[in-house]
This record gives sequence, C-alpha cells and structure tokens, in this order.
Amino acid sequence: MTALGKLFRTTTFKLTLVYLTVFALFAAFLLAYFAWNTRRLVTQQIVATVDAEISGLSDLFQQGGIRRLIFAIDDRGSRPGSSLYLLTTAAGEGVTGNIGSLTSGILDKSGWTETAYRRIDDSDTAAEHQALVRVLQLPGGFRLLVGRDLQERERLHDIIISAGQWSIAIVVVLGITGGFFVTRRVLKRVDAMTGTAQRIMSGDLSGRLPIAGSNDELDRLAGNLNVMLERIEALMHGLKEVTDNIAHDLKTPLTRLRNRAEEALRTAEDESQYRAALERTIEESDGLIRTFNALLMIARAESGQARDGMMNFDAAEIAQGIGELYEPLADDKGLTLRVEADEAAPMHGNRELVSQALANLVDNAIKYAAPDNATLAPDTPPLNGVQPEIVVKAAGDGDRILLTVADNGPGIPADDRVRAVERFVRLEQSRSLPGSGLGLSLANAVARLHGGELRLEDNAPGLRSVLALPRAVSVAPASPPEARERATIPSA
Amino acid sequence: MKDQGSEVAMRLLIIEDDRDAADYLVKAFREVGHVAELASDGEEGLAQALDGQYDVLIVDRMLPKLDGLTVIGTLRSKGIDTPALILSALAQVDDRVKGLRAGGDDYLPKPYSFSELLARIEVLARRRGGREEMVYRVADLELDRLSHQVKRANDEIILQPREFRLLEYLMKHAGQVVTRTMLLENVWDYHFDPQTNVIDVHISRLRSKIDKGFSQQLLHTVRGAGYMIRDGR
Repeated sequence: MTALGKLFRTTTFKLTLVYLTVFALFAAFLLAYFAWNTRRLVTQQIVATVDAEISGLSDLFQQGGIRRLIFAIDDRGSRPGSSLYLLTTAAGEGVTGNIGSLTSGILDKSGWTETAYRRIDDSDTAAEHQALVRVLQLPGGFRLLVGRDLQERERLHDIIISAGQWSIAIVVVLGITGGFFVTRRVLKRVDAMTGTAQRIMSGDLSGRLPIAGSNDELDRLAGNLNVMLERIEALMHGLKEVTDNIAHDLKTPLTRLRNRAEEALRTAEDESQYRAALERTIEESDGLIRTFNALLMIARAESGQARDGMMNFDAAEIAQGIGELYEPLADDKGLTLRVEADEAAPMHGNRELVSQALANLVDNAIKYAAPDNATLAPDTPPLNGVQPEIVVKAAGDGDRILLTVADNGPGIPADDRVRAVERFVRLEQSRSLPGSGLGLSLANAVARLHGGELRLEDNAPGLRSVLALPRAVSVAPASPPEARERATIPSA
Repeated sequence: MKDQGSEVAMRLLIIEDDRDAADYLVKAFREVGHVAELASDGEEGLAQALDGQYDVLIVDRMLPKLDGLTVIGTLRSKGIDTPALILSALAQVDDRVKGLRAGGDDYLPKPYSFSELLARIEVLARRRGGREEMVYRVADLELDRLSHQVKRANDEIILQPREFRLLEYLMKHAGQVVTRTMLLENVWDYHFDPQTNVIDVHISRLRSKIDKGFSQQLLHTVRGAGYMIRDGR
C-alpha cells in the first residue's frame, strides 16, 4: 500500500491526473454540444415535415372541402410510420384522425406544442408518447392538428449521450492505467537512482547511476550526476591520498625532529652543543613548514580555489624571469641555462602559480641534470662530450601555451614518468637529493587547475617537462564553498 | 639574533589574540631593544592605535570583535598611516593581495621566524623616515639610481639589470637585515618559496662583483636571517 501511495504521489502520476481531467472535461463539453446540435437538427426536420403536411392538407381542404380532407387524413393516417392527425369540430369533437387521446387544452393553443398522446389503436393503459404538434384553424370552425412522434429524436439523443459516457469512461480508465504504468516505470528508475545514491552516501563511492540507454532526460540527468560522482570520487581519493602521504611523509621528519631534541637533552654537555641541536631543530621545522605549504598549495590548486587569482599575463615573461632567477644556480652546478622565449605568449591564468610550477620544473632539472661534483670543479670537461644544459622555452601552440624545460641529464625511465608526478614520489636514483618530492606534483596540480597538463617526455637524452596550458582557462564548474573548504587539507 | 638589533628603539603595537604568541613577541622585541605593547582583540587594538604613537603595528588577521583588515581599514580612513604588518595563517597569494589592498603595508604568513618578522618591521619603520635619495652610499660603494651607475672606490662596476636592483634594494635598507623572502618579493616579485636557495647564488655573484679584492667586506650574511649591506668598520 505504501508502494501504491508512493506511486500516487509521484509527479508523473499527478500530471497524468491533471491531463486526464482536462481531457475528460473537454470531451464532455464536446459531447454535450454534439448532442444538443443533433437534437436541434432533428426538431427542425420534424417542423419542416409537419409544415409541409399542414400546407398540403389545407390545400386539399380548400379544393375539395371537408370530405376530401377527411379522406386524405384517413388515408395518410393508416400508413405505417405516419404522422399524427386529428380533425375536430369547433366544439372539439373528433371527426377523424389517428390520435386516441391528448393532453387536454392542446387544441386551443396555436403554434408548436410538445404534448403527450396515445394512438387510436393503443389501449388506454399503454404508455403515452411524446409528440410535437401544430394546430390549424380551418374555415367552418374545424381544427386540424398535425404532429410527429418524438421517440426517434429521443432515442438518437440517448444513443449519443450513452456512447459519449462510455467513451469518456474508457478514456479515464485507460488514462489512469497508462499513467499508472508509465509512472511505475519512471518510479522504478528513480528508485534505482535513489538506491544508488543511498549506497554512495553510505560510503561506496564507486557506485554509478544506472543508464537505460534511451537517451531521455533521466538518462542525461544520470549521466551528468555520474560525471559529478566521478569528480567527487577523484577528490575523495585525492584527499585520502593526501592524508596518507601526510601521515607517512610528515611523520618521518617529525620523528627525526623529536629524536634529535631528545638526544640533545640526554647527551649535550655544554651550551654550544645545545645551540647546535636547537639550530638543527629550527632547520628541520622550516623544512616541515615548507613541505606543509607545498601540500596546501597543491590541495588548493586541485580543489580549484586558486581560480580567483586569474589574470592576463605573458608566459614568455615568466620563462625569462624564472630563467634569470635560476641561471646563476645552474651555472654554479656546471649547467648552461638558456631561455628561448622571444615571442610574447599571452595567456590567462594564475601568474604566481604558473611561475612557481615552472620554477619547480627548472629546480628539478638542475637537481637531476647536474653532473656529479660539478660544484667542486666547475671547469671539468663535459661528460661524454655533451655540454650539460637546460633549455627553458615558452611558445604558443594552437590554443595552448607550452612552457618547456628540457635537460640532457639522465632523464626518467618511461615506466617511472607517470609515477614521478604523484605526490611525494621520489624515484630511486634521486633519494639522496634534498627536496620534498612535491615539485612535480605541484606543477601537475597547477596544470590541471588551468585545464592543461604536465607531460614528461624523453629528450633523448634527458628529460623534457612540458606544461601545456590553454591560453584561456575554460570555465570549469566551481565547487561549492563548503565542499572546497572540506577538500583542503585540514589546516593548522 | 643579537647582531640584528637596530640602533633606534621602536614602539610597536601588537594586536594578537593568541596570548602565548603575543607574549613571545613582546619578550623577543624587548631583547632586541624595542618596546612592544599588546592588544588582545580588534576593538582594543583599534582604540590603542588611534591613541598612541607607534612606529609599526603588527596585526593578526583573525581577531575577536573586529578583524585585522577592518582595524587597518578604519585607521586608514581616519588618516592614520602608521605602517602595519599583517600576520595571517592564510598564506595564499590572493589573501596577501587582500591584506595589502585593505591598507596593510606588508604581509607575513604564519608560521614565521622572528628574524623574518624583525627584519620586515625594521624596514617598515625606516620606510616612514623616507629614504629616497638619488644616490645611495655605503662606505666607498656608490649607487646612482638615475644613471644606473655603480662605483666602488671610484671604479665603475658593471652589473646586470637584476643585480643592480638587488644591490639597490640592499643599499636602500643599508644597515638593516634583509631576508631572502624579502629579496624574492621585492627584487623578483615572486611570492612563492623556491625549494632551493636561489637567492644565495645571486648574492654570492653580487658579492664577487662588489667585494672581491677589497679588504673591507660590505655585503654580509646574517646567520639564520638574511643579508645586510653595511659599513663594516
């Protein structure tokens, strides 16, 4: 019963009822109009027939007197399906005709009257019939009544009314039944969606709404909701990953920090040892803050919050600026840093974040492409005859801007390139170098914030990192503020 | 930290609701010779800032009763232009922009190091004095801002444009500690944290150009804080 009640409460069913009522009312109106018109037409026919008979009989009377009239009435009155006739004297006594009894007083009325009557051959107890009659005064005080039975008209009327009633009844029954089935079908699909939604709410984020394949509005709704669910799942997954990574990679330096402080408390003997331990502690916590900030920045970029700070700027200028910032460092490490960004590459985005992303890529290139011990001997001849260099490039490519950092160092094996972009991943050969391991993930998050991508390619030899950013950021659906708040790593 | 203290004592107003952090700041400023007063909510802070003569205000962004940006905005609308530094747990670029737009003169995200805060406060206090000469001089080092000429002991030194701006900033704040972040912000206009200390390399290049071959070193590294250009003696 509750299922049925639910069904009656659906929008589809209510709409069906409304349409059905409107349709039935309209049909009833049409039927009434039709019935009324038919009745009028039949009445007109009767009137015409009676008029013709009266004028015919009145002609006969004028030509042949009363005898001829009586004769004609007798003749006509005895035919099957004949009209009704009655000829009386001035006193009202019947002379001839096929009417047995009449409602009294009819003969005194002139013009058209509807009256009850009995035929002359009906018994007195037989039911009275209805007739439409007209009375004509003849010279000599005679009165002639002519009329026609109305039974045919009433029957036709009844047939139309009852046919109409039946068809309306059938329409209503079929409509309700149809509405019931349509509603049940829709309800079934909505129930399926609700069920999935409840499963998702209870924690199973992999659930997706069923799609019937009919490409109707419910399918489109389900499709869009599925895209949304995918995004939510990705965000939740990201959040979980962040939490796991924080747990893993922040706990390590925190433990180190704590151990060192404890060790200093236990073993330090003079002020200088305490001082050294404290300095190390501050250094370590600075590193922690740095990692934490990078994580926040990534989370912010990934949740789309940094979209507020978008502006127009020249990517070539960024390449030159970052190139100039890092050139001395590269030089120090025995690398040549070259910037190829002569043509303006205007784009729309977050200038600060794009700068930082590019800086991270250059920083990475310097860390990994630097020849060993370069700092100790800056003038050593190049390894394998290749002059180690880094090229920073900004160029337009169709509707995208490509910010490229290419080095000719050891590169990253093809299998590792995807993993390299993930948070905190530091490939085996780079474990010994300083850094939070967040540089590439931040660059990746920035690229994604702009609707672009970070590509790691083989520079043969070396690594080529490409930030491919659209010139204009397409307006991606902004997440609601609360969701954004939650997507961020809980901040201190 | 001790070599960072400045000759002139400053009067500071700290508007901060975190008692521990505020007490730490008051104590730390006193150690380097400054006087710091304390207000623990926005309204109190605003009243004190309106009354007293301070060299610099240190305003926490999130305060009870009246938030930090409103405090600064109100002061500015009343024509009080005491330099204000905003402290905030929100470290993002657009938050920074909001803070500066509200009338703040500098913005420092938490957590910060005291030496960074001190360096910025001293620069802010000095800015008020208005040091806008056309030629900066430190000992025998001379920088002409109009002709873009740099001389040491009357010998011209050729600098790259960025090196010139770096030296210009250092000399503008001669005798004051300038942190790496301040240099990155003011000379390069970047507000992010480069993972490697790129600034150090720029400084060492600049140092080799201006100090190499001279017995008196002018460009000093202040341990744990930053750099300072000064007449050594």
